[in-house]
Amino acid sequence: MDDLIIAGRRFHSRLLVGTGKFSSNAAMVAAMEGSGCEIVTVALRRVDIDNPGDSMLAHIDRAKYLLLPNTSGARDAEEAVRLARLARAAGCEPWVKLEVTPDPYYLLPDPVETLKAAQILVKEGFVVLPYINADPVLAKHLQEAGTATVMPLGAPIGTNRGLRTRDQIAIIIEQAVVPVVVDAGLGAPSHAAEAMELGADAVLVNTALAVARDPGAMGAAFKKGVEAGRQGFLAGLGEQREKAEASSPLTGFLRD
Amino acid sequence: MKIKINGEPRDLSPPLTVAEYLATLGLEVERVAVEHNHRILPRENFAEAQLADGDTLEIIQFVGGG
Repeated sequence: MDDLIIAGRRFHSRLLVGTGKFSSNAAMVAAMEGSGCEIVTVALRRVDIDNPGDSMLAHIDRAKYLLLPNTSGARDAEEAVRLARLARAAGCEPWVKLEVTPDPYYLLPDPVETLKAAQILVKEGFVVLPYINADPVLAKHLQEAGTATVMPLGAPIGTNRGLRTRDQIAIIIEQAVVPVVVDAGLGAPSHAAEAMELGADAVLVNTALAVARDPGAMGAAFKKGVEAGRQGFLAGLGEQREKAEASSPLTGFLRD
Repeated sequence: MKIKINGEPRDLSPPLTVAEYLATLGLEVERVAVEHNHRILPRENFAEAQLADGDTLEIIQFVGGG
């Protein structure tokens, strides 16, 4: 498979993996390894002072995986920028998955606040990967602001409903000058394949792996889905038609 | 001295630096980020940063997330 390049950095894998909701750190690591991913997202939260526990970071090989901190929990641009700066202060490279989701029911990203935060963070030298609704006009604005990717959602976070925004994502892909990473809602390897066949540059998956009976095997299945979809896209998919067109010759039949 | 830590009031005995407080919690410096009085405190300053009555402290760490 051809490499994925984000902000000048080369990745062999086109599958990004989220680390939330796993039943254990071992399950999380199994999913990461099975998926062959090189980028993993993490969130930032307050330490429980009365019970600090151990750190999930201890389970992630930083030489193998690029940590992509998200700004989940941010309700506006100000909170998102604060989280991004904290992630950098915590020793991460200045990469951030920007998400601003004020609505707790559908977790849909706020386009106005996301754009505002992106403009600030790009100026501060962050590599910004914004999570957005599948809005081609917003995607253009973000690219003009200097984001490294756009990350349109397939369906709301954690819903496993697949590529519900297919037509809008196709427009984003057609117009994109940065990699398009389909994020959120992809629940099955076939969903990932569909996004890649459409021409997405990468996909990000979390819930589908975290809730699988075997997260490691599901990671491997998504890896195949992503690779198959990418290969199909590069090979050139046939046009869809309304009527049948015979694959076998229409001459030389054994009849008078 | 009263310090607000991660949104909750706590009573700590001075003198105490941020680095010393983290050590009492058994928190390695590498796994956290800290805001002291609403400003990010660079890691290299943890050892010098003295806590004072009325301060606020946010201690943040990475957790699983998508």
